[in-house]
Amino acid sequence: MQVPRFWREIPKRYRLEAGKCSKCGYIAFPQRLICPECGAKEFDKMNLAGKGKLATYTIIRVAPEGFGDQVPYAVGVIELDEGIRTMAQITDCDPETLKIGDRLVSKFRRINEEGKTGAIMYGYKFVPDVGI
Amino acid sequence: MREVAIIGIGMMKWGELWEKSIRDLCVEAALNCLKDAGTDRVDSITVGTMSSGLFTGQEHLASIVPDYLGTKNAPAMRVESACASGGLAVKSGFMEVASGLSDFVLAVGVEKMTDVSGGEATYALATAADQEWEGFHGVTFPGLYAMMALAHMEKYGTTREQLADVAVKNHFNGSMNSHAQFPMKVTREQVMNSVMVADPIRILDCSPITDGAAAVLLTTVEEAQKITNHPLTVISGIGHATDTIALSQRSDLYSLKAVEIATERALKMAGKTIENIDFAEVHDCFTIAEIMVMEAMGVVKPGQGGPATSDGFSSLEGSFPINPSGGLKSKGHPVGATGVAQIVEAVNQLRGLSENRQIKNAKTALTQNMGGSGGSSVVHILEVK
Ligand SMILES: [Zn+2]
Repeated sequence: MQVPRFWREIPKRYRLEAGKCSKCGYIAFPQRLICPECGAKEFDKMNLAGKGKLATYTIIRVAPEGFGDQVPYAVGVIELDEGIRTMAQITDCDPETLKIGDRLVSKFRRINEEGKTGAIMYGYKFVPDVGI
Repeated sequence: MREVAIIGIGMMKWGELWEKSIRDLCVEAALNCLKDAGTDRVDSITVGTMSSGLFTGQEHLASIVPDYLGTKNAPAMRVESACASGGLAVKSGFMEVASGLSDFVLAVGVEKMTDVSGGEATYALATAADQEWEGFHGVTFPGLYAMMALAHMEKYGTTREQLADVAVKNHFNGSMNSHAQFPMKVTREQVMNSVMVADPIRILDCSPITDGAAAVLLTTVEEAQKITNHPLTVISGIGHATDTIALSQRSDLYSLKAVEIATERALKMAGKTIENIDFAEVHDCFTIAEIMVMEAMGVVKPGQGGPATSDGFSSLEGSFPINPSGGLKSKGHPVGATGVAQIVEAVNQLRGLSENRQIKNAKTALTQNMGGSGGSSVVHILEVK
């Protein structure tokens, strides 16, 4: 993968940058050029707070290329407090103890390395929200 | 629009076919289809493959198929909608015949999946998901369906046993299909004790990695009547719909909107309701998928797919047989070939030639093919005229 493909998504991956439709308030994460709800093309930039609850999840035991060293790891759909959903790994916990509805918070983490010479990719993972 | 008939069907025994290349698979399925049709007239070709590039390094199958089939200079196009590529190839062929552009169109579906390692195949399949916002986080295809399964269990109380019963039924049906990759019967216990892939999905909940191809020959009813000795089978309805590519962006995590809409559209075009359908071949890429598809098609109410399966509702003798072929589970799932092979099974059933797994008095069939985690779906309705 060439670096620009990763680099251009950095505002979303590092800072959870989203777009709020200036007409109907729909929050697009990732950002879109057109609002899927009302068709408007104007969005205001906003940063998501990175807090929410687990809507569903799985524990990956057979990984795709590049993730083999991380198994078993949890991936889930997180319902953010802003009312939208996103997908991410859930870490810093025993995946066996996760439950739907668990409160989670996003953290900045290493996601993946492209072999020995490729880019190291960073982004958000979610961890149990212990209120600190 | 001209009415479109299916006069030829062809495939081969699916499996890990190391001695056969992707072009061999296409040609073998096509030749079996033309032999079945009783004509070698091919005016145009459509080819469905999800990712011949990632699986074999070969794109441009639209040139390879006519070249190696000996239909020199015939027009051909490749279509792609992930695991629904085969259904889309049939739809594309239908459009060509119905519009009057061509009289005889061969629709071929193919995937050659064992020329790469298991890890590379898992990666290639995962490209049907949202690469930037799902694949980036290390999710796999079984992982996406596992998340839907857990959401479905939470919402409706669907049980691990009910998931297993989909596999038990489909392997039972597949045990009578000479084309099936895994024609062995399995028990509920075997499924529930098989290796965990992505909780709660186990290896026997998953369709396999398969090499295979399938082909159908489409023409007008008028031309078909001149050639075929079989009961005339027509495509009376086609429905096609899409949904968000990313699972997280859907309005809920336990239903398949694209399947629901595609089914409604196909039934409307055919002037039918789901009660008029005698049986269906559906996209059971994972056991949970068949349960969710049953609900999306309106065969049962939301949440009833699991209990209905365990009650035998969808067995060969049940009120609404599903996947008499053995489905993707037992027959195998060479992704681009699956949608075409569903039509092959439906036509064979409608001709009354399915031997031990024949559904009695089958006159109207539905096939449902699905891309990704439900990001696209193509539904066909077939009838004996
Ligand atoms: Zn809007």
